[in-house]
Amino acid sequence: MAFFLEALFGGLMAGMLYSLVALGFVLIFKASGVFNFAQGAMVLFAALAMARFSEWIPGWLGLENKFLGNLLAFLMAAAVMFALAWLIERLVLRHLVNQEGVTLLMATLGITYFLDGLGQTIFGSAIYKIDVGMPKEPVFLFESTFPGGVLISLEDVYAACIAALLVVGLSLFFQKTSTGRALRAVADDHQAAQSIGIPLNRIWVIVWFVAGITALVAGIIWGSKLGVQFSLTTVALRALPVIILGGLTSVPGAIIGGLIIGVGEKLSEVYLGPYVGGGIEIWFAYMLALVFLLFRPQGLFGEKIIDRV
Amino acid sequence: MFYRENGQFKTSYRSDQQIFAITQDRWVILALIAFAIFGVPMFADEYMFRAILIPFLILSLAALGVNVLVGYCGQISLGSGAFMAVGAYMAYNTYVRIEGVPVILALLSGGFFATLVGIVFGVPSLRVKGLYLAVATLAAQFFCDWAFSRIGWFTNNSSSGSVAVSDLQVMGWVINTPVEKYLFALAFLVVFALLAKNLVRSAIGREWMAIRDMDVAAAVIGIRPVYAKLSAFAVSSFIVGVAGGLWGFVHLGSWEPAAFSIDRSFQLLFMVIIGGMGSIMGSFFGAAFIVVLPIFLNQFLPALGLLVGIEISTATVSHAEYMIFGVLIVWFLIAEPHGLAKLWSITKQKLRLWPFPH
Repeated sequence: MAFFLEALFGGLMAGMLYSLVALGFVLIFKASGVFNFAQGAMVLFAALAMARFSEWIPGWLGLENKFLGNLLAFLMAAAVMFALAWLIERLVLRHLVNQEGVTLLMATLGITYFLDGLGQTIFGSAIYKIDVGMPKEPVFLFESTFPGGVLISLEDVYAACIAALLVVGLSLFFQKTSTGRALRAVADDHQAAQSIGIPLNRIWVIVWFVAGITALVAGIIWGSKLGVQFSLTTVALRALPVIILGGLTSVPGAIIGGLIIGVGEKLSEVYLGPYVGGGIEIWFAYMLALVFLLFRPQGLFGEKIIDRV
Repeated sequence: MFYRENGQFKTSYRSDQQIFAITQDRWVILALIAFAIFGVPMFADEYMFRAILIPFLILSLAALGVNVLVGYCGQISLGSGAFMAVGAYMAYNTYVRIEGVPVILALLSGGFFATLVGIVFGVPSLRVKGLYLAVATLAAQFFCDWAFSRIGWFTNNSSSGSVAVSDLQVMGWVINTPVEKYLFALAFLVVFALLAKNLVRSAIGREWMAIRDMDVAAAVIGIRPVYAKLSAFAVSSFIVGVAGGLWGFVHLGSWEPAAFSIDRSFQLLFMVIIGGMGSIMGSFFGAAFIVVLPIFLNQFLPALGLLVGIEISTATVSHAEYMIFGVLIVWFLIAEPHGLAKLWSITKQKLRLWPFPH
């Protein structure tokens, strides 16, 4: 039982992190109808920026305080992500308005390649550390209930809390601010939103920036866990089934889908893996999503797909 | 002679429906094939064959297959690398497990198994479309990556996980030197290109295009979406599977699953986009472009660096390659969504008036 709970908690925490990446996908898809394949590259790019700035800035300014250094690095990285969002809107999206979804998907594939190259050219391609003071030591829970207790990594708990905070913040931003309302209007209907005077281009910059920030947060959490390296981009590929499961247009779907995928992956690896040779978590999530798609093509919380001729 | 079709009258349906209706086109294509068979082996050196010509031929074949699915039927697939892998590994298994099986038969059986896998992973296309489907096809990619590296049967329980084939022969003809490999791949490419070209201009090709342009409308006029979509998946994965077999047997010789990773899938998709979606010709252009570009950049960037006095490391070159790739893809999508094939047809249109534009 304790073992099962351990796997379950591990899965939930991993799932929370997947949702964080999935959230970036969903935000952009909702606001601009672009399936942003570059989200993974953005996570890597943001994490690289954060890692390198937190290394460089104390050197430039002679800072001793680590917290201040990290804060400045975070702001710098956020500024970089803003510049990126602006450039993407300016150079790519603006020219592809009203193109089919597939064309836009391929454009983001191009952006992916570009960002992968650019990030490593500017920031280097070694493995970097992000140290934002996440606790590394594990804790034991329910020691009175089970012999030995349940082992949980405190780092994962912190990460899950940050992810939850981010989700709450984003929901408030979407529901309560006028910008958020404009974003929702654009998501609903581009033309109608434009006709009542919402500037589409600015909205896109904002939403790519917000997605960039979630990428940055995801990058910091993953980066402090695994180290900032090229394999971070595969995290995005792991998050794709999440949005399929949860629905491309639903923020709660991204969260719940993430949790389901995280738990499913972990449990399948623990209980099913040994029989088929292990390593199945790479494709298990995809298969889960695929089977799910056959029964509910729009995902758990997605809007119903209606064909009109 | 000017490029004109004046005076070429069609007197029968047969001559009206031939692939290259214009006499000059026919001659140019025949000359091109003859040059590829007899001319190229005379001047190309071994490096040229190994690094450019053989990969170009095989990847053109794969791009052709992907183009059937993505370009003609409009079902976007990110799992083409997986179908190549199925083709390669099943061809390998047929080759080593059945005593004395001819190479060509082994390759075709690889294509056959790729077809089966393609149909299985094509089933979601009946329910989901576009972006959802793209993600669903990734399932094929990850599943195959896993299966070929973890299940021992596929690799004949080789301890290193990589498999190798040697001394290929076709009816006594030993395929050993680069020239022979080149000719072998060329033969496959010519046959399959001809088949594909005829397929896409027949009834089934028209059904695919109808599904691509608007599936609901196509269903309304009596095209069965199930049949059209699954047949596109089948044909596409057969061609891609055979290309995968060739890639393993002829180009690599020995390989492991990483040879058919997700990057390969993206690469094939890029060939189709850059070459031109829904164009057989485009597959060749796209493959040529993607094969030659990295080699060109590898030579050109360090030279350029020396010119301005900077030492460019190989790592930088490979990063620059990524960036230039990305930029080119976005640029192509913006500037010429129909790819290089469109430029080709524009050139041909212009040529019909040249040198006397009215």
